[in-house]
Amino acid sequence: MDEALNLAAWANVLGTLVGSTLRVATPLILCALAGVLSERSGVVDIGLEGKMLMTAFVAASVGVLTGSTVLALGAAIVAGVALSMLHGYACVSHPGDQMVTGMALTLTAGGFTMVVALAAFKTGGQTPPLPAGVRAEPWLAGVGQALESLPLVGPTLGRFLSLALFGHTLFVYGAFALAGLVWWLVYRTRFGLRLRAAGENPAMVDAAGVSVLKLRYQALALNGVLAALAGSFLVLALNPAFQPHMTAGRGFMALAALIFGKWHPRGAVLACLLFGFMDAVAIRLQGAQLPAALGGGAVPVQAIQALPYVLTVVLLAGFIGHAVAPRALGTPYVKERH
Amino acid sequence: MSTSTFPGLPRWVDVVVLPAFSLALALGVAALVSMAVGFDPGQVLVLLIKGAFGSRAGIGYTLYYATTFVFTGLAVAVALHGGLFNIGAEGQATVGGLFVGLAALAWAAVLPPVLMLPALVLAGTLGGALWGAVPGALQAWRGSHVVITTIMFNFVASALLSYLLVNTLKAPGQMAPESAAFDPAARLPGMHELLGALGIAWPRTPLNASVLLAVAAVPLVHLLLQRTRAGYALRAVGHAPAAAHYAGIRPAGVTVGTMALSGALAGLVGVNEIAGMHGRLLLDFVAGAGFTGIAVSLIGRNHPVGIVFAALLFGALYQGGAELSFELPGFSRDMVYMLQGLIVLFAGALTPAVAGWLRGGLRAVRSGRSRAAAPGAGEGGVG
Repeated sequence: MDEALNLAAWANVLGTLVGSTLRVATPLILCALAGVLSERSGVVDIGLEGKMLMTAFVAASVGVLTGSTVLALGAAIVAGVALSMLHGYACVSHPGDQMVTGMALTLTAGGFTMVVALAAFKTGGQTPPLPAGVRAEPWLAGVGQALESLPLVGPTLGRFLSLALFGHTLFVYGAFALAGLVWWLVYRTRFGLRLRAAGENPAMVDAAGVSVLKLRYQALALNGVLAALAGSFLVLALNPAFQPHMTAGRGFMALAALIFGKWHPRGAVLACLLFGFMDAVAIRLQGAQLPAALGGGAVPVQAIQALPYVLTVVLLAGFIGHAVAPRALGTPYVKERH
Repeated sequence: MSTSTFPGLPRWVDVVVLPAFSLALALGVAALVSMAVGFDPGQVLVLLIKGAFGSRAGIGYTLYYATTFVFTGLAVAVALHGGLFNIGAEGQATVGGLFVGLAALAWAAVLPPVLMLPALVLAGTLGGALWGAVPGALQAWRGSHVVITTIMFNFVASALLSYLLVNTLKAPGQMAPESAAFDPAARLPGMHELLGALGIAWPRTPLNASVLLAVAAVPLVHLLLQRTRAGYALRAVGHAPAAAHYAGIRPAGVTVGTMALSGALAGLVGVNEIAGMHGRLLLDFVAGAGFTGIAVSLIGRNHPVGIVFAALLFGALYQGGAELSFELPGFSRDMVYMLQGLIVLFAGALTPAVAGWLRGGLRAVRSGRSRAAAPGAGEGGVG
């Protein structure tokens, strides 16, 4: 009897942990996939943070004003693609510095969203909470309940599975589906082959008569769409409203995951799950005490939060495995003139 | 990178018109946004200038902000001269301030004041240099890109400061994660005190002796870059690493040195903010100044004199923006952050595009002139 109760308690704890890992990892995955597309085509994107923040704001504002999920998502995608096109104009059409451009997008988005949110909604830079009809609905919650009511394994395994895997929004399941789609696009299509070639050896792509400019713009357009989905998730599913600077470094963490995953969709998703898990653990252990065996005292939550960044630095420096960036990453391609 | 000049543009256009035009574009977009959210840009500008320069207290605050921006602007510029984009001034300033705080808490009771102030400055530069040199070394010897590493180091620095403040440095019996106030011996004198000693009345503002450090740093950095062997090596590696290598310069060592110097300059922010302004160690005291340094360096065209003007501009924007949010309800101080992003956009990211627009404009003017002089001529520049 005692043991059964104990198992049920563990099912609760672990199920909640896995469930919140998936939710925390979702915007990271969407953002990292956005980064995979642009970076494999040769365009560094340190503007992911700004793109996510801007699209979150647009999704929240349009959601509040129109009461329509479709319009909110659509407007966010338009905003995301527009920022990506600006990115492209600066450093694909013109040889502008990609890092500086990304930084510019992030800084501008941070200020712009605050200014407009404060002026439009007059509530200290937030938007009003999004109406329930606009927010993303939980999916497959029924399956979870069915599993929980199974005989014997219901209260333990059923409860765990229900908390961990079911009742998430479509964004969560969609992020994993999109990861598969991006992998297929990059590794199994002609477009993907050319995209990767544009990131490794653009001159060769050009010599083969394929436009590097067009490929990089296409990659950036898809990058804008995915970043917009990440931003929309923040306001349509994770939080009830837009908050100032609510991305809180997620764009940079996605960038870290992308590098940690060696610029590969599968690696990036795994890294996002790892980082999401660390975040979920850190949130859960906030204020908890270390067991006496480890010396007691408060759990160093900051250390867990800094771990993804430290790991990325260590990996990038080649101390664990080796992360090799696309060869032409960061260099503008200037077409030969006749 | 942005140190390069643009072919097809006369020098005066490149040095003066290009940054001024970029600044005007950024201000123009900011004005449009102000109008869109219901404020009169003219009124905003007048209030902003009044807030920044309208009183001696306003000027004090403006110069205090500008001091910090001179440090981060120089930090970014030094790295750019060495061919490196240092996004990590934020983290380097954080660690610089942490070292300043640790030095102040540890030594204020032991060291005589004559030694205490240099020790604080040394601690700030050391902390910043360390936090800059490690990403530099990782790029030089392990091939990891300095931009990515410094982004990561910003987060690690902020987590480190937060950990230390929450767990070890927090003053006993207090809720906020702040250290105890420093001993007066470990505080930089305010300019109102220094000027008062000279018989000049000056209102009490956060402006402190760090401004003198900034004033000294500008010519020193200029001399170092332009007149010394080390500065030559730094610039050579920045412009042509292969050529520098053939000339007997070891690029790896220079890269580490460049990042250490850049970090040291950013670390001086810790002196201004922690030992000058706050007198205690606290969270988030850098408040984005590291990123402002990017805008300052870009608009100042990476030249120390340009950086002074750009830092004053941003100092005025910060101070004026703070006043504005009192004067105009609903006006967000974040307008300044947006403007800063727009300046990085127009003066940094879009510079090749803007240079192209100017080149096109110049050509149109010239061909118009020559056409007026000799009909039929004036066609056909190099595409």
